[in-house]
Amino acid sequence: MDALVSKYGGSDLDDLNILEEDEDEVTSSLPQSVSFILPPIDSPAKFLRAMTDDHTNPSAPIKLKHGTTTLAFKYQGGVIVCTDSRATQGSWIASQTVKKVIEINPYLLGTMAGGAADCQYWLTYLGMECRLHQLRHKRLISVAAASKILANLVYSYKGMGLSMGTMLTGVGHGGVFGLYYVDSDGNRVEGNLFCVGSGQTFAYGVLDRGYKWDLTDEEALELGRRSILAATHRDAYSGGYLNLYHIQKDGWVHHGFDDTNPVFWKQKLEKGEFQNVSTSLD
Amino acid sequence: MASSYLLPHSQPNVHPTTASQPRQHHWSPYTENGGCILGIAGKDYVIIAGDTRSSEGYSINTRTARKVYDIGSGLILGVVGMSADGEELVRKVARKIDDYKRNHDKHITVAAAAVMLSRILYQKRFFPYYCQPLLGGLDEEGVGAIYSYDYVGSFEREQSRAYGAAASLITPFLDNQINFKNQFVPGSNGEEPRPKVDLSKEQVEKIVKDAFTSAVERHIEVGDGLQLVTIVKGVRAEGEEEDEDEREKTAGGGVISEVMSDLKKD
Repeated sequence: MDALVSKYGGSDLDDLNILEEDEDEVTSSLPQSVSFILPPIDSPAKFLRAMTDDHTNPSAPIKLKHGTTTLAFKYQGGVIVCTDSRATQGSWIASQTVKKVIEINPYLLGTMAGGAADCQYWLTYLGMECRLHQLRHKRLISVAAASKILANLVYSYKGMGLSMGTMLTGVGHGGVFGLYYVDSDGNRVEGNLFCVGSGQTFAYGVLDRGYKWDLTDEEALELGRRSILAATHRDAYSGGYLNLYHIQKDGWVHHGFDDTNPVFWKQKLEKGEFQNVSTSLD
Repeated sequence: MASSYLLPHSQPNVHPTTASQPRQHHWSPYTENGGCILGIAGKDYVIIAGDTRSSEGYSINTRTARKVYDIGSGLILGVVGMSADGEELVRKVARKIDDYKRNHDKHITVAAAAVMLSRILYQKRFFPYYCQPLLGGLDEEGVGAIYSYDYVGSFEREQSRAYGAAASLITPFLDNQINFKNQFVPGSNGEEPRPKVDLSKEQVEKIVKDAFTSAVERHIEVGDGLQLVTIVKGVRAEGEEEDEDEREKTAGGGVISEVMSDLKKD
């Protein structure tokens, strides 16, 4: 990052010319040709922080999409991934139909929390790196290696204002399941169970209560769905649809994109849950 | 510290005001020019409409500003936010689409153009374009597609989307009239959702006009004129055979037309 800053971030007017030249460079292919245009000022990171919203600066002009509940857990039968689908800009619901599970390839999934664009862009980029790995080594990349490519990548931009909290999960060569939490601070943690986002605490509550390694596939899918439902119920920044995936030995399977509202009422009326919710006033 | 947003070469100037209060000069490259755009995709058409007012604060700069552009290969792009950034973005996308056509000797598909636009936006991740774009076109099956973006390139294919000053006024109207949100079949005790229907282009054009006339009534930054840009699948005159050449012009075989109408100018 220091190299980037010293290259683009200086206060000489010459830098403006460098910007113009770099503007039309192709940004695909390898890391060295991924070039980003920076504002012609001393501290691009501070500029970005002043212009884009976060919890310290909610009235900034550029409002990026935020707010989420995502979860993934390993169990005897593979990995379950479930998310909500709401995107908020402040208190405005920008979308109720966001695909927060990013299908990197038939074997790898990434979840989206934080900046939607950061997650979409870098997980797609990771997909390209994974394909190159596969072509070079004639076998699937392991989830460990894939997650490390992503972690190293975002770490190289540390402090620049990227915002992502992603769970990278899937099945690598030899049918080994992997689950890693990677975020834009540079953390990379392996684990059996993660919840990420503004609604994570609510999801953890339900997930921890019902989790055991020996869950059947049906039980596991239901637990994932039920945990996100709990989060959409208690966290105003989460909602929309329940997006559910199951990762098996031969890749992931999609298990629906279901409206939360009918699921909630089914849960309440048929299973007697959410008894706290009443339809009459005090 | 605010002093670090200064322009190159400028010192952290502190100009005393009349009240002897120190005043820092921020580097603020963004302005908001108001206005609103709306995109709706149908079974065999796409509409992107925009008002034609461009303002800065309480002053109206022009009443005839273009917000929806033909960017070639049968695609249209609506931009709202800061008009300078919007025009720059349109120029860049249009050039890249033209490059694609020359390099590959074929028209770009909407899906590919959607990714291209995302990359162009993300290239400025650390100095974002201050504009929100809507991309419209017919996909390879000839079905209407609207792609909506945030400032730095996250995107999604959608049925309808409103962006700009009156987005919060128009979106609930669209949820109600296009997507029939929270409406149920009478007598089904809220269990059977009102079925979605494929609205005709004529029906949707009416909805678009209603959306804008209503927005004009309640938002100061929207008004003056309505620019309605439509892509329809292979147009034919009465009794005329389908024109293969016309269809060949774009991946989805779409033809673009534009209609202007008045909105209130106060």
